[in-house]
Amino acid sequence: MLESISLSIDRGEFLTLLGESGSGKTTLLRIIAGFEQPTSGQIFLERQRLDNLPPHRRPVHTVFQSYALFPHMNIFDNVAYGLRVRGVPKAETKSRVGTALAKVRMETFAAHYPRQISGGQKQRVALARALVNRPKVLLLDEPLSALDANLRVEMQSELKELQRELGITFLFVTHDQSEALAISDRVVLLHRGRIEQCGSPREIYARPRSVYVATFLGKSNLLQGTVRRGMADCGIFTVPVRCSDGPALFSLRPEAIGPPSADADGLVQFRAQVVAEQFHGANTLFSLRCANDVELTARIAGPLHSGGMMNFAFRAEDCVPLESTEKD
Amino acid sequence: MLVTLPPLAWIALFLFAPYCLLFCYSFWSLSEFQQILHHFTLANYAHLFTNPLYLTVILRSLRIAFSVVLLSLLIGYPLAFFLAFHAGRHRVLLYQAVIIPLWVSYLVRAYAWKVIFGNEGVLNTLLLWSHAASHPLSFLLYSPFAVIVTLTHIYVPFVVLPVVASLEKIPRELLESSSDLGARPWQTFLRVILPLSLPGVVSGATFALLLSFGDFLAPLLLGGPSSVMIANIVANLFGADYNWPLGAAVAVVILVIVIAILSVTQRIERRERFA
Repeated sequence: MLESISLSIDRGEFLTLLGESGSGKTTLLRIIAGFEQPTSGQIFLERQRLDNLPPHRRPVHTVFQSYALFPHMNIFDNVAYGLRVRGVPKAETKSRVGTALAKVRMETFAAHYPRQISGGQKQRVALARALVNRPKVLLLDEPLSALDANLRVEMQSELKELQRELGITFLFVTHDQSEALAISDRVVLLHRGRIEQCGSPREIYARPRSVYVATFLGKSNLLQGTVRRGMADCGIFTVPVRCSDGPALFSLRPEAIGPPSADADGLVQFRAQVVAEQFHGANTLFSLRCANDVELTARIAGPLHSGGMMNFAFRAEDCVPLESTEKD
Repeated sequence: MLVTLPPLAWIALFLFAPYCLLFCYSFWSLSEFQQILHHFTLANYAHLFTNPLYLTVILRSLRIAFSVVLLSLLIGYPLAFFLAFHAGRHRVLLYQAVIIPLWVSYLVRAYAWKVIFGNEGVLNTLLLWSHAASHPLSFLLYSPFAVIVTLTHIYVPFVVLPVVASLEKIPRELLESSSDLGARPWQTFLRVILPLSLPGVVSGATFALLLSFGDFLAPLLLGGPSSVMIANIVANLFGADYNWPLGAAVAVVILVIVIAILSVTQRIERRERFA
């Protein structure tokens, strides 16, 4: 499943492994947790080697997608589990569990059983159960995917806040790119068992390295062009770029395109006709047809007076050259 | 409604009616000329509770039944555990190996133990041949020991099957989660696997307990006088002794004990069933 992966994670970082199903993100998480054995390679946590330790001796804890709360224990006993199996004294267990439950606002549910609480509440308990043990790294395996959309957004910001407050390294797995962009300090995009790209959400979104990244993270216009002496000729316009001569593929985000502003410095202009539009509330997606029948998509906040050829513009640096890989 | 009528009629005719009849018989008595007198009397129950023979046999039957349960669990639980978690690709084969003996006649399996335990049986021959014993061990056959071993052999599958079912129902993430939280394998077993498999254990144990409590073939074939069980008494009273009223009274007492055991185990099962 996984090809060779080399990744170092900073202390206190919120790192997201993003990928489609089958990309290897969960496998990587399970290898770090110790549920699966890598065929080769090593894992270190602050110079301590992890990959030869059984799961119960690793200072990392997992929040499972299904929460995996023990159905025969109440919420208190669930959260106390990790402390009890380690033989933490009773009084300390009680106070730590109380603090952990308070942190996720579940202290009034201590005597309830998992079957008596909602999905979002189970989620919080699962979080408390892992955090009460003060792990060095918290592994989260698509913890929000079972929640409905609104609750999910709420939990995203709660998670982020919790992570900042505790300063624990979070390793978060998701297939939802907008979730990854919203929540992370750094995103690792996995594809077919390899790291496709790794960087801050802004960086990885604005400067995709490959066709896969450009299309997986949101919409993108893919443009064929030829580069000669630092200028890329894409048919309808020429853009100054920093890449070697020859044919190349470029990504241009729809929101990079807009009506030309008065300050034309560093702007690339082109003419096109609006052929269709799709209203999305906060903005509108316009389908533009250029002179040579090339179609582009632009995401623009305000309305456009459609009909006839119009001027559009984008900043030269928003046209990002992509590595030549097969499109998939 | 119409669909449920035939089975209801069947149960009424062949289960409920005989029980009612049995109940009536237990309050009737026998005349000097072995005729059944249809007058209400508590004499059968009085006899039953004052004659220590019956109580002794009932207690012995319970003792044997509980021993069978204990042994069946000691053998059946590890087997079920292995089947559910470690059997891998041999799972189906092993599962069938547990089930197939159920298709072999009870009598054949009981006789098999006779062949093994007899004075000139397999075990004694082996012991004599290897000089582990100087003379045949006679306590092997015609003893409570033989009855317990035979019943255990017969009822182990009844324990294994529900326990396997309850073990397989435990989501694997729970085991991973337990180990993730720092539990050693034996802690995971004691704190997660065992409690979650209790419903299976209870229903398997109930099967073994009730079926061996009411068994009369094993004591008849392998038991000898020291291991007469309560069902043998009933069989005798209805047969050779021709005392149906007393036999019915004993049967009613057995029924009450069985219902009592069932209501207790059902309560435990209901409490242990989660989510």
